[in-house]
Amino acid sequence: MTAQKLLTTIAFYALVVVIVLFSVFPFYYAIVTSFATGTELFKVNYWPRSLDWSNYTSVLGGRNFVRSIWNSVFIATTTVAFALFLAVTASYALARVRFRGRGLLLMMILAVSMFPQIAVLAGLFELVRFLGIFNTPWAMIMSYVIFTLPFTVWVLTTFMRDLPVEIEEAAIVDGATPWIIITKVFLPLLWPALVTTGLLAFIGAWNEFLFALTFTSSETTRTVPVAIGLLSGASQQEIPWGPIMAASVIVTVPLIILVLIFQRKIVAGLTAGGVKG
Amino acid sequence: MATKDGGISLSRQRQRAAFWFLAPMLAALFLVAAWPLLRTIWFSLTDTLLSDLYGGEWIGFNNYLSIRTLESGRVIYRGTLVDPAWWNAVWNTVRFAFVSVLFETLLGLIVALVLNAEFKGRGLVRAAILIPWAIPTIVSAKMWAWMLNDQFGIINDMMLNLGLIDQKIAWTASVDTAMYAVLMVDIWKTTPFMALLILAGLQMVPRDIYEAARLDGINPVRVFFKITLPLIRPALAVAIIFRMLDALRIFDLVYVLTPNSAATKTMSVISRENMIDFDKFAYGAAQSTLLFAIIAIFVSLYIWLGKVDLSGEGQR
Repeated sequence: MTAQKLLTTIAFYALVVVIVLFSVFPFYYAIVTSFATGTELFKVNYWPRSLDWSNYTSVLGGRNFVRSIWNSVFIATTTVAFALFLAVTASYALARVRFRGRGLLLMMILAVSMFPQIAVLAGLFELVRFLGIFNTPWAMIMSYVIFTLPFTVWVLTTFMRDLPVEIEEAAIVDGATPWIIITKVFLPLLWPALVTTGLLAFIGAWNEFLFALTFTSSETTRTVPVAIGLLSGASQQEIPWGPIMAASVIVTVPLIILVLIFQRKIVAGLTAGGVKG
Repeated sequence: MATKDGGISLSRQRQRAAFWFLAPMLAALFLVAAWPLLRTIWFSLTDTLLSDLYGGEWIGFNNYLSIRTLESGRVIYRGTLVDPAWWNAVWNTVRFAFVSVLFETLLGLIVALVLNAEFKGRGLVRAAILIPWAIPTIVSAKMWAWMLNDQFGIINDMMLNLGLIDQKIAWTASVDTAMYAVLMVDIWKTTPFMALLILAGLQMVPRDIYEAARLDGINPVRVFFKITLPLIRPALAVAIIFRMLDALRIFDLVYVLTPNSAATKTMSVISRENMIDFDKFAYGAAQSTLLFAIIAIFVSLYIWLGKVDLSGEGQR
């Protein structure tokens, strides 16, 4: 019995080790590669051999990559701020006020978040051209509303539903208007939820590729995913793997740190939203 | 009487406020979702070119299917519905979606069961599985493209050392393996997401059920199939539908990992290619409209047949 128990424990921990290795290894290998240059790249190294920062300096030295980082930061921040602003009031109405068609409205919002983005690409392309914002950050900020807004509304609605009714009733008795209730009563309670949804929406906007690829045409307006996706060498055969890995590490490390810090909140937000960030 | 009046006007006031709170969001969603969708459908019924967005003329359903009988009596079929490239993309997408979601669900279930057990270092494992999820799709595509590189890739090296293969494989370039490469990366990246959703379902199962089953000496495998699985079925159903929708619209991973490979080209990729790269704007719009229709039908069937409660309203 104890021998069998020992065996089960060993098998269990072996499984745990496999899961961890499988999850972490690709990123680890990207880091190893990002420190390799020249002929080092063409040998398979399981361990870092040298600490050569030249891939990093070459990526950050090229002006366009740093520019792309700023583009992404600006676009993602503005999108999130806009989405949260609209979502707070809307989710209050959806979570706390009874009106006819509420369930239907919620389903429609969910439907938008599950839209295949390609289905709106032609129409958005026309709109972007019409508004004269092609190849500017505003094209992305506008189009990212399609997935950040439904997501934030959805998650904030589920959070707000769970706030106790008594708080709101007390405020109503004191004669507070809905606007006062939102800004003075609910907003302070909602901060954790806002941080979570904001972070998830930020990650979504930071990672978006289809719209960013289609609505930009010059290297200076590219976002990070497009810059990395289209990073190429002098010829097809010479893919600059070292710099690509360095760029990948640069844009991923901040995300991973954020995700690890906000681990618990993110898991809660993901399961409430059920939507991939 | 007075209180009743007060109650009515209060709820009126709240409903009016609710309308104004919802209006900006609805306007924004109309502008970026409903209107572009309608315009896409409209474009799909015209012969609009990318270079001349307003020069298109109405051609009905010709982008989808046009039948013309020549004088000689020969019938010519044209349009997306008789385009082998389109059906190839449909097949690729469906195959990708089913296989990836199947594996992600099974592996996600295993990871979730592991995380639901109590052991030392559980927090560490959960942190580790969040890493693939946090990495941008494009970055993971590049990372894996490098690992799967035919000449210098570590995967070929590992498999050669382990004796699994006897020569290097061009994973992303070869027609036979390109789909496996895409599946591999997607499963790696998305299993954590699946695991977390399933874990949330698992944690709602009361612990004393397991305790009771253990005291009765019921085999853990039986407990899983008879108790755990039925109880997490709703959570599982929601997780699967979200993943499925995500898989059916996949674009970025395929575009970056296996560019221009007919073996992996999905519906989203071929639509965009026609729309933007080949200057067949209206034709691409027709294809993306079809993708939208396919997804809409699929979701309706899933919700209807599976009686899935997505809104969460049923719980209250």
